[in-house]
Amino acid sequence: MKGMAISAFSQSLQRIGAIVFKELRQLTRDRPTFGMIVMVPLIQLLLFGFAINTNVRDLPVGVVDLSHTQTARALLSDLTATQVVSFTETYQTPKQAEDAIRRGHVHAALVIPEDFGQRLQDQRPIAQWLIDGSDTMVGNALLALQQMPFASGFEAQPIARKNTFEIALFFNPERRSAVNIVPGLVAIVLTMTMVMFTSAALVRERERGNLELLITTPVRSSEIMIGKIVPYIFVGLIQVTIILGLGHVIFDVPINGRLDQLVLGVFAFISASLTLGLLVSTIAKTQLQAMQLTVFLLIPSILLSGFMFPYEGMPDAAQWIAEALPATHFIRMVRAIVLRGATLEDLQPDLWWLIGFTVFGVIAAASRFKKRLD
Amino acid sequence: MTDPVTEWAIESIGMTRRFGDFVAVDKLDLHIPHKTIYGFLGPNGCGKSTSMRLITGLLTPSAGSIRVLGMEIPAQAELLRRRLGYMTQKFSLYDDLTVQENLRFMAQIYNLESRSVKQLIDSQLSRYQLNERNTRLAGALSGGQRQRLALAAATLHKPELLILDEPTSAVDPENRRDFWEKLFDLCDDGTTILVSTHYMDEAERCHGLAIMEGGVKRADGSPAQLMRELGAKVVEIDGENLRLLKQQLSELPEVVSTAQQGTHLRVLITEAIKDPENWLRTIHPALVANRQIHSVRPSLEDVFVHCTGSNAAGEGARQ
Repeated sequence: MKGMAISAFSQSLQRIGAIVFKELRQLTRDRPTFGMIVMVPLIQLLLFGFAINTNVRDLPVGVVDLSHTQTARALLSDLTATQVVSFTETYQTPKQAEDAIRRGHVHAALVIPEDFGQRLQDQRPIAQWLIDGSDTMVGNALLALQQMPFASGFEAQPIARKNTFEIALFFNPERRSAVNIVPGLVAIVLTMTMVMFTSAALVRERERGNLELLITTPVRSSEIMIGKIVPYIFVGLIQVTIILGLGHVIFDVPINGRLDQLVLGVFAFISASLTLGLLVSTIAKTQLQAMQLTVFLLIPSILLSGFMFPYEGMPDAAQWIAEALPATHFIRMVRAIVLRGATLEDLQPDLWWLIGFTVFGVIAAASRFKKRLD
Repeated sequence: MTDPVTEWAIESIGMTRRFGDFVAVDKLDLHIPHKTIYGFLGPNGCGKSTSMRLITGLLTPSAGSIRVLGMEIPAQAELLRRRLGYMTQKFSLYDDLTVQENLRFMAQIYNLESRSVKQLIDSQLSRYQLNERNTRLAGALSGGQRQRLALAAATLHKPELLILDEPTSAVDPENRRDFWEKLFDLCDDGTTILVSTHYMDEAERCHGLAIMEGGVKRADGSPAQLMRELGAKVVEIDGENLRLLKQQLSELPEVVSTAQQGTHLRVLITEAIKDPENWLRTIHPALVANRQIHSVRPSLEDVFVHCTGSNAAGEGARQ
């Protein structure tokens, strides 16, 4: 009895072993998958270990100096010394500064009033920060500056002022993170579904053998590519409607921009994402590989695009990678349109980047996809 | 329809395709006349599929020239597409579309005139007995039905040339016979058909035939001609212990091949022996004592066995 149980057990082990070794052997022969096993943790670790930085540094901000005094310049250099902000722009009027914030050129602007010297004496707040509050992490970093001590060196009595700055938080005065997350989520969800759908769509035809028939017909590569993209544009528009509609109803996310601008921006991003998916599908040989490549693109789109962490907090190299991802450009656009009421005219660099990516991507995919089997 | 100045529907000279060090098709010369059914017969991996892909322009030849319907391939492959119907070895229509949807899709891909498409599809459905299945998903069809659907789709645009890569490998004998009837109908209508197979009975139905092995054409001609010109004599020997006899005969240099067929042994003996029965009786009496020996007509299988495998060594491409 006992001997039988043992031999049944060892037979079972042998069968498990057979499957284990078969699986390992297949894995080592599937080069791309094997590469993924090594490359995914390696690259992701290096990328995110260095890039993810929740401490915001050197935020680009602007200044409106109406006082034109030496002391005001001392204030600016004190602020620069905190390394939180970096004064990159100068504006003539507060109105210009507000416009720049809406367009997304700067996250905030410091307005130094004409009566700056008097305020310093009176122990009132000496200047005002105009802050884009939509990104709460950026907002918090600037809010921390509110009580930064400042003295001109000429004061008669010790400084007892409560706040150094007055703060005007635009777009998200209650500092709710949902306001920032929901529009960003549009970019993430679209990246995920659009890239996955298109990358799988072409590979599936290849795997099922449909492609071998299709390429013996008069249909052109570019026609296959475009035909594969178009249906998913509608899928993407449905998803955006769900996210922003529910975001508005449930999380009270404002939609400050014009709807036509939003739809056009979304359209540009969907096209770019679908193109990215097509490129993946010309590289991947199986649906599994297409899925892996999609995840490989999705993770930086989540972590580096500004969706989770402020773009400005990342080192240069990470910012370059982020710039290569369509999601980064779209997150900038969608937040600007939805939260700050910006128009596409304000967002031309990002818009053109997405359009350019789509055009070159489709050309690249169509030329990579030969109507040949060799 | 067909270009009168081009004598051959398909003509290749020295067509060669290498994959790395492996030579899949080696200096293949083909001359396939219009309006005939021409077969590639050979074991798996002999270069049948590769040759077909070279002819359709799906693969670029490493060397040699190919002309199909008067067009240079692969340079003019795109032009050929509209005049070519191609059926892949694996069912390659969409499993998740219905019979009718698949046909309509192909009609649109070929830009067939939309007014006549409905009528055209209906006539294909009845021609290929798919009338009652037209709303079924292609994935739910039987092997024979799928094959008929694939043929209906491949002939929708009335191609002058039809290329079929092992079209009946997943089909039962009755459906296979049926399928061939359809091919003869198409041929009668003026279509040139190139078909690959590893079934002897199918090969025997072709007007012309190339027997291929290892990327090389071992024989070329009509089945009747190939059987007539077989360079060997065939005898059938019966009796007991055929396995042992097979082994003993195989060792004789004059014996080309032996194969057991039920209760008798089919033996190919080289042409040098004028009278095989007499030769066996006089030179190897011990082997054939108490056995009946009949000289029989060669079959296509004999031809195939004779010009492939180790038997073909040194003979090269016979013509």
